Amino acid sequence: MSSIHGSDVATPGDNLLEVDTLRVSFVTEAGAAKVLDGVNLTIRTGEIMGLVGESGCGKTTLANTILGILAGNARHEMGSIRFGGENLLAMPPSRMEDEVRGSRITFIPQDPYASFNPLFTVGAQTLEVMKWKSPRRAPGEGRGIAGFFSRYPRARRRRDAEAVGQMWRAVQMADPAAVAGKLPHEFSGGQRQRLMIALALLPQPRLVIADEPTTALDVTIQAQILKLLKQLAKSRGISVLFTTHDLGTAYEICDRITVLYAGQEVETAPVDDFFRRPHHPYTVRLLDSLPRPGRELREVGGEIARLIDPPAGCRFHPRCAWATDICRRERPPLTSLAGGHEVRCYHPIVEAAS
Amino acid sequence: MSLAPLLEVETLSRHFAVRHTFGWKMGTLRALDGVSFKVGPGETLGIVGESGCGKTTLGKVLAGIHSPSGGRILFEGTDITGRSVALTRAVAPKLQYCYQDPGNSLDPRWTIRRSLAEPLLVHTALSADDREARIGNILQQVGLPATHLDLYPHELSGGQQRRVGLARILTLQPRLVVLDEPTSGLDVSVQASVLKLLRKLQETFTLTYLFISHDLSVVRTMCDRVAVMYAGRIVELAPTETIFAAAKHPYTLSLLAAIPDIGGRRVTDTFALEGEPPDPVRPPSGCRFRTRCPRAADVCAAIDPPLRQIAPGQSVACVRA
Amino acid sequence: MRAARDMAAKLLHDPSAVLGLLIILLLVAVAAFAPLIATHPEAVWDMNPRHRLLPPSETYLFGTDRMGADIFSRILFGARITLTIAIVAVGAALVIGVPIGLISGWRGNWLGETLMRISDIFLAVPQIVLAIAISQTLGPSIENVILALSVTYWPWFTRLVHAEVRSLKNETFIEAAIALGVPTWRIVLSHVLPNVMSPIIVRTSIGMGFTILTASALGFLGLGAPPPAPEWGRMISESREFLPEAWWSALAPGLAIFLVVMGFNLLGDGLRDVLDPRIRRGNAGR
Repeated sequence: MSSIHGSDVATPGDNLLEVDTLRVSFVTEAGAAKVLDGVNLTIRTGEIMGLVGESGCGKTTLANTILGILAGNARHEMGSIRFGGENLLAMPPSRMEDEVRGSRITFIPQDPYASFNPLFTVGAQTLEVMKWKSPRRAPGEGRGIAGFFSRYPRARRRRDAEAVGQMWRAVQMADPAAVAGKLPHEFSGGQRQRLMIALALLPQPRLVIADEPTTALDVTIQAQILKLLKQLAKSRGISVLFTTHDLGTAYEICDRITVLYAGQEVETAPVDDFFRRPHHPYTVRLLDSLPRPGRELREVGGEIARLIDPPAGCRFHPRCAWATDICRRERPPLTSLAGGHEVRCYHPIVEAAS
Repeated sequence: MSLAPLLEVETLSRHFAVRHTFGWKMGTLRALDGVSFKVGPGETLGIVGESGCGKTTLGKVLAGIHSPSGGRILFEGTDITGRSVALTRAVAPKLQYCYQDPGNSLDPRWTIRRSLAEPLLVHTALSADDREARIGNILQQVGLPATHLDLYPHELSGGQQRRVGLARILTLQPRLVVLDEPTSGLDVSVQASVLKLLRKLQETFTLTYLFISHDLSVVRTMCDRVAVMYAGRIVELAPTETIFAAAKHPYTLSLLAAIPDIGGRRVTDTFALEGEPPDPVRPPSGCRFRTRCPRAADVCAAIDPPLRQIAPGQSVACVRA
Repeated sequence: MRAARDMAAKLLHDPSAVLGLLIILLLVAVAAFAPLIATHPEAVWDMNPRHRLLPPSETYLFGTDRMGADIFSRILFGARITLTIAIVAVGAALVIGVPIGLISGWRGNWLGETLMRISDIFLAVPQIVLAIAISQTLGPSIENVILALSVTYWPWFTRLVHAEVRSLKNETFIEAAIALGVPTWRIVLSHVLPNVMSPIIVRTSIGMGFTILTASALGFLGLGAPPPAPEWGRMISESREFLPEAWWSALAPGLAIFLVVMGFNLLGDGLRDVLDPRIRRGNAGR
């Protein structure tokens, strides 16, 4: 059932990734920072799921947990991440590295200026990745210490190089034939993100995690990249976990959106319904604080919850105008509303927002 | 404009020499290339553009951090272009520059009180008591308690540092403040509070703002007029609502088309602008936008269109507008 | 200043730094109160052939040397010489090196470059050779040792300050101060200098240790104060012909040098830990 690459047929609409009650803390000198507090998230095959939240909400930690690249002081205390029928958190690191990371689940980082090694050409770096992550590679090929010295089988190398050239055309690089020999600094931020998208798609993954990939880009370049990513993902049936703090970007590219506040997911909905009828007080306030012409600027109010000694129960309660006693004691359970809309709140806002 | 303009900029340029490893000059980076506009007292002029358009260079040249390579700057009617040391000292209190993160403008080893007092020490002859009173007042205006005066920057949160940085600029009661990307990188909720604070300060201190930003939706809420910059030039200058409702320059239209509109059309479906901004060392001949412009014609390669007025208050630099 | 108090508290929590500090305080105390502590103050300079080369005992704590003088008392008085050389040499290097570093770091132009090349030249001069040359010309004395040491040590401060100032120039708060119209002299003295103080302080402490070691070497070679000055390096040199029988006459001054240099190094390391990470972490914390 679990093949290395997304070439097998999976029914669109199936759950591809299920994060179940995930709890992760970081040990710091100031105490334990409870960054993820029982997070639940599902991503379906072929969908683009948006993970929306502000700084410190835990979206990058969640992405890192899925990939298995948490820092040394991280403690995974509870929960599972099921992908293709297996719990990734229970998988031995060597298997994670060989079979999942960079092949079945790939990653597009936020900062295009830091993703490439400045000393080597883009072609060399891309082919290096293909040596280990190409869909044509046999599992376990060239692993271990000996693997470091192993050759890149010539036939596969040729086919991989062809695939790379095709992908560079697919991501609309200007002059794809000249890309291989250039150094990273010869490319602009937008071009580097295209190259990163190529790197993320070449292994034919089932899931791509894009961590705020357009935050550092100009708005016209952002529009190009979003358009490209959406088109490529949809045409190849690849799921995307798209994290962002920018609601506008989420509206553009996502099919469904999950809002994360201080390590707790608070609302999930299909994109149009999410923006038309938000239910969670935080979501409502967040949408309200977007600048709109001819209207007073509105703030969310209060300060973001600390993670070291977080509020009990619903972590938003100190800033919530409707908080009651139970909000302060117990985290709200999931309430399912019509149309696949889910919210965790004892007092969801049910009237239609503007 | 009924009142005399507070700031007048005439064909302002700033070029940087691009040098080889050994110092030989390879080319000229025309970061700012012949920019002209006026700012009236009390108004907020937005300067909008993407990376490399020259808006940051414009801000720094106006603030005196870089000296111009050409053109003139007139402030309160006085020519301040050639800024000598004495002139800088005279002008600085009235024309201030605010960094993207004002908290970074604080010396990490100085207490807040000392940082706030420094501008007053340098530029005024106020007594210690008067200084203390003014500092306390400003701190209150930005919404911070007086107890913070004895703290160090690293003991404050990022947001609080930002407010202190703003307060420091205001101690001299300037007339014009150049705000360089004041909301970049901020979360939406923080952005709203920063904008509210800026508005309030503008009212309290009768400030004129030059609001540099790449975020058009923020500019729309804050600015009276907007200048759109591309590759070192202003390509369109008009009142805010005119820009949003009836922009004429193809670049402005592309910029507007790139902004997500929640609940409306999807940019990913409609956006059409290809390519990237030109190399500032080797811009295209004629109009700099022509390599990407959907309306480009042969004439665009021959003529470099000047900014000319096409309607009251609206100027465009395009022959095909 | 609250910052200074916080740093002092942190320093006192570091055991090795405290040890270093205690050793140095001991050195200072010994140097200051030598006449009172010494068992045989008069015997420091006198010759007393009947008591020569006696092993350590109750009367003579560290024994006596070839002149019959009490080694313990000589060590104590020698501390004055050591301390004087260290303070004056490093102090002079500071006074010369720091301003040059400030100027060359701030003004990157031809002036800055020239100053750095000059400091490179001085850096290349071997201290001992220079000391020998000076002593040959002007005669052996403590002043000449100090001269040789400070002339060869100031470039270390200059390079340090130059590098720090250059990186500091790019800091936003410096640029903001320039934009504010703060005059250059004020920026350099009140913004730049305090921010480069930390590495200067650390380098000073370590420099003291380094200087004492070199001064002892020069004394050993006979280039320092002429006899019968109780200079530690010279004392070791004088004890050579009587080793290994009269081991105490070499051990005592050797131990003294070792202890003092270690003290300065420990303190220097402790200061570095306290001064630098605090500011770096503070500025990055957001």
